[in-house]
Amino acid sequence: MTLELSRSLLYLDDITVSFDGFKALNALSLLIEPGEMRAIIGPNGAGKTTMMDVITGKTRPDEGSAMFAGRHDLTSMDEARIANLGIGRKFQKPTVFESHTVWDNLLLALKDSRGVFGTLFSSTSASQKEAIEELLETVHLTDASMAMAANLSHGQKQWLEIGMLLAQDPQLLLVDEPVAGMTDAETAQTAQLLRKINETRSVVVVEHDMTFVRDLDVKVTVLHEGSVLADGSLDHISSNERVIEVYLGR
Amino acid sequence: MIFHRLKHISWDLALGVYVTLLVLAIAVPFFNLVVPEGSAFHLSTYMVTLLGKYMCYALLALALDLVWGYCGILSLGHGAFFALGGYAMGMYLMRMIGPRGVYGDPVLPDFMVFLNWKELPWYWLGFDIFPFAMLMVVLVPGILAFAFGYLAFRSRVTGVYFSIITQALTFALLLAFFRNDMGFGGNNGLTDFKDILGFDIQSDATRSGLFIVTIAALAAGFAICRAIVGSKLGKVLLAVRDAESRTRFLGYRTDRYKLFVWVVSACLAGVAGALYVPQVGIINPSEFAPANSIEAVVWVAVGGRGTLAGAILGGVLVNIFKTWFTGALPEFWLFALGALFVLVTLLLPRGIIGTALHYREKHLEKKASEDNAFDEIAPEQPHDEAQEELERAGA
Amino acid sequence: MKPMRATIRSVLTAIALCLALATPLHTSAAQETVPDGPTTAPTSAAETHDLAGLVSRLPKASYNEKSELAGAIAETGNPRVELILSSFSAGRLQATKEGRVVIALKDDGPYEDALTGDKLGMMEGIRLKKVRVNNRLRGELHGLVARLALSSPDASIRRHAARETFDAADPDSLPSIEKALSRETESDIAETLRQARAAIILKNGVVDEEGQLAAIETLRDRGDLEALNALLGLDKSDNLVLRESAASAVRSIKRTLEYWDVAQNVYYGLSLGSVLLLAAIGLAITFGVMGVINMAHGEMIMLGAYTTYVVQQVLLAVAPSLMSVSLIISIPAAFIVAGGAGILIERTIIRFLYGRPLETLLATWGLSLILQQAVRTIFGPTNKPVVAPDWMSGAFQLGQLTITSSRIWIIVFSMIVLAVLMAFLKYTHFGTQTRAVTQNRKMAASMGVRTNLVDALTFGLGSGVAGIAGVALSQIDNVSPNLGQSYIIDSFMVVVFGGVGNLWGTLVGAMTLGVANKLLEPFAGAVVGKIVVLIFIILFIQRRPRGLFALKGRFVDA
Repeated sequence: MTLELSRSLLYLDDITVSFDGFKALNALSLLIEPGEMRAIIGPNGAGKTTMMDVITGKTRPDEGSAMFAGRHDLTSMDEARIANLGIGRKFQKPTVFESHTVWDNLLLALKDSRGVFGTLFSSTSASQKEAIEELLETVHLTDASMAMAANLSHGQKQWLEIGMLLAQDPQLLLVDEPVAGMTDAETAQTAQLLRKINETRSVVVVEHDMTFVRDLDVKVTVLHEGSVLADGSLDHISSNERVIEVYLGR
Repeated sequence: MIFHRLKHISWDLALGVYVTLLVLAIAVPFFNLVVPEGSAFHLSTYMVTLLGKYMCYALLALALDLVWGYCGILSLGHGAFFALGGYAMGMYLMRMIGPRGVYGDPVLPDFMVFLNWKELPWYWLGFDIFPFAMLMVVLVPGILAFAFGYLAFRSRVTGVYFSIITQALTFALLLAFFRNDMGFGGNNGLTDFKDILGFDIQSDATRSGLFIVTIAALAAGFAICRAIVGSKLGKVLLAVRDAESRTRFLGYRTDRYKLFVWVVSACLAGVAGALYVPQVGIINPSEFAPANSIEAVVWVAVGGRGTLAGAILGGVLVNIFKTWFTGALPEFWLFALGALFVLVTLLLPRGIIGTALHYREKHLEKKASEDNAFDEIAPEQPHDEAQEELERAGA
Repeated sequence: MKPMRATIRSVLTAIALCLALATPLHTSAAQETVPDGPTTAPTSAAETHDLAGLVSRLPKASYNEKSELAGAIAETGNPRVELILSSFSAGRLQATKEGRVVIALKDDGPYEDALTGDKLGMMEGIRLKKVRVNNRLRGELHGLVARLALSSPDASIRRHAARETFDAADPDSLPSIEKALSRETESDIAETLRQARAAIILKNGVVDEEGQLAAIETLRDRGDLEALNALLGLDKSDNLVLRESAASAVRSIKRTLEYWDVAQNVYYGLSLGSVLLLAAIGLAITFGVMGVINMAHGEMIMLGAYTTYVVQQVLLAVAPSLMSVSLIISIPAAFIVAGGAGILIERTIIRFLYGRPLETLLATWGLSLILQQAVRTIFGPTNKPVVAPDWMSGAFQLGQLTITSSRIWIIVFSMIVLAVLMAFLKYTHFGTQTRAVTQNRKMAASMGVRTNLVDALTFGLGSGVAGIAGVALSQIDNVSPNLGQSYIIDSFMVVVFGGVGNLWGTLVGAMTLGVANKLLEPFAGAVVGKIVVLIFIILFIQRRPRGLFALKGRFVDA
């Protein structure tokens, strides 16, 4: 146990969350290693989003512990603190700051002082500009850098949001359905992008799109009714009878 | 919600505000004091006071725009901060009356003598010292705003919930200040002021002086708000307004940002109230009435929220309209005000300045796209044009 | 409403004071001008048992003689005695110049003969002179009448009389009390009589210590303010045992009274709570269910109240016989008027602002200004009188509680409105559609629900219920253009406090705030009490931003 904990980047143990008696998460345990990429699948209501909420501090679990990098107790921190620890989150529905330009979106996300007076008197340094240019490159938005985020296409918004996550320089990225509503070409590009990101950081991807999950080619965890039903490679999972019963077969 | 973009526009708009204020600060005292009374160009002292009042309203509107326009916090209780600043100033002015009151008590204001009080309550101490009183003008609203905002933002009270409790706040203060034993003159409030810093408060010169100070405060308030809005902090505020939870997941303590502008805004409102009181000559609990606070919101809406200059314009314009209307058709004023609320929200959600900016921007976009169409080998495109091109493609 | 009632109360007090001051002055003046000369030789009244003789001597007798005569009259046992004496004490016993004694049945006639009961009509053109009474005599007469009534065959008259004897605590009535006690069959009347006897015993110390101690016991059990007053008289008693026993009884009664006091305040609180509930319940639909911030909600209440006024005016002109049910007619009328106004508002303004709550707030605020001014222009700025039907006025006593009928009706009415509304939302097709639309608009629309129509009707329903609230509030508040304003903040507080989207929450919220307000009032004062409650709500919302009965779940924050 302790060995597991010290080895892990993210360590969820026995997490339970209930809303008015309904258990959204039921003794969920999950372990993500540094540098790992994990795909999480599960039918609607399996608890995927709630799990993300617990990790990012939006929801407090009724029971269980959530540790980051073996020593940070996530259950006692708020969203901002957790974000500053190095956990980035991408929402299911792309959320970017629509009345800011792409550039400003990235500037706001860039790792920097988050204090009120720090931001009041801050100015953008040359190295920050460089970092932003680099990020724009990574997410294919260089040409759109001065566009208002509101005017981006759906796919571009998804990328911008991923770019913002990268700007935070997190150790762990939580990505909720990144390819929903994307074209096939965009989906492939996104898979590529995530793999590239995974070279330096751990990634947890929640996704419905099986082609995409297959594309990623990583370990898959199946959630069902708030706890882990099975995990392993996609092929392994696909042959698991219970998984077929609750999810694939239906 | 895309009210802010094109920085070059906001700069010449700001310049316009500064120039207008400068012109007013010179012209109004000139036409009042220098141009002789018989002349057709003479400006009456009544008008000077009236204009000064409008400037105070403009500053209140500015304060409101900072929180509403840029941070999405709709306060229905800013009148409370305005009135608290006003009371702080009123207390100084009361102490300055000295033995000239009706009862001739050297220390106690008339209403305390009337209530048979023997000594000054502790919270009146120090208000005979001008700098102290001025400190309180900023501190009292600031501290109340801090306490209130700290609780509200920390527990994530947002949107209409926040609006409604701000309304409850000002309503509670209204009830409290109506009470005689609060020690603020109850129903009648504070009035019968004699002089300020030794100058006769009724004299033309003092009135013009107060006007200039008000203009200066408005200009300073405008500059402060612009500095805040233009900084990276301003960008965070907009981010909070548009997607607070996203901002939080980026690692910003959004409650602290909101608290910061909320307190700054309350202090500005306090200053506005403090300048208002010596000009109108009275402060009483009715300034706390929730209706006043909501009326201030419509000033901002009319001028255009999230534009700062719009708030100033709205504050002045609506009040000119009000002065004229209540004079000409008093019984229809509420119809007009009510219609203003409805029509602005339905037909002019960007407000005057916001709409003007919007069309100007559209125009520039169109021009840019036409230019591009003729000039296919675009030379090094500045960012703006790149963006417009993208919009065209995206749309 | 409060200032109004306070004014009435102070006016009444003033009138009462003037009367109290004027009466002795008046009588003493009368004594000077009409000296009770020795013209009538003082005859022992007891000697004559002839009613006619006794009565005929009344007009010219001195106060002392009148007192004796009255006692003698009472003892004749004649069936007219009670009417004569009670008329006497009310100042309605009058005499003609010729010495004929008549009774005014109302202040200005008609009259009847005191002795025979012959109807005499209005007696116009005949000068009548009142047989004067002073306060002392009036008290004695009360006692006499009460003693007579103690032997009435009608139990309710006896009950009333027993209470009167208690209040008068006249030692002269002791024998008749004993007599009445011996044959009284109703236990509660007997109890009151025993208490009356106890009060008399304590007041006049007519029996030994043991009897007095027993009397203290009896009064302690009675446990109300009158008992307390009777016992307080023993404070200065020389008898130590008696004094201590009385003191302990006083303590006990005071404690009981405190409980009653709290109970009374809780009742006032529930009453205020039901007013708040009525005011907030429409808002619970428009704000709670639809999420629309309707600042003109108070004006919907006001429209309901004005509808009540108009309905009454129309009935008065067309069918005065229906006045007693005017409120019942007003309920559907107010629902239609306010509901119609609501639908109109939704179609012309609010539907363009869905999803923009702050803009909705501003637009509807503007609307509220327009509605207020419109009503002021049409009906004028002054309060409009709305008549309460007989069955809604009056008050009764429950233990030590004073319960006014109108308040009880409002409590009952608010519960009925809540129950009907809940049933409506739960069991009707329309209710299902409303909930469907508010939970998932797109899904409802794709399942064939006409969301536009449902929006309009739901808003109309909320406004209509506000109109109904206006009917009830017209009974306890001034019907003026500002009526709505005084409820809007309270209503929002109730809905927010109770938890948005939950009618049970609204009920609990309203009652909690109402009771809290009234329990705070006695020691904080009305204004401070209100401020404390407001601050409490502000703090409460900080702790639980979604109210008492918050919907929990993962969709809440979305």
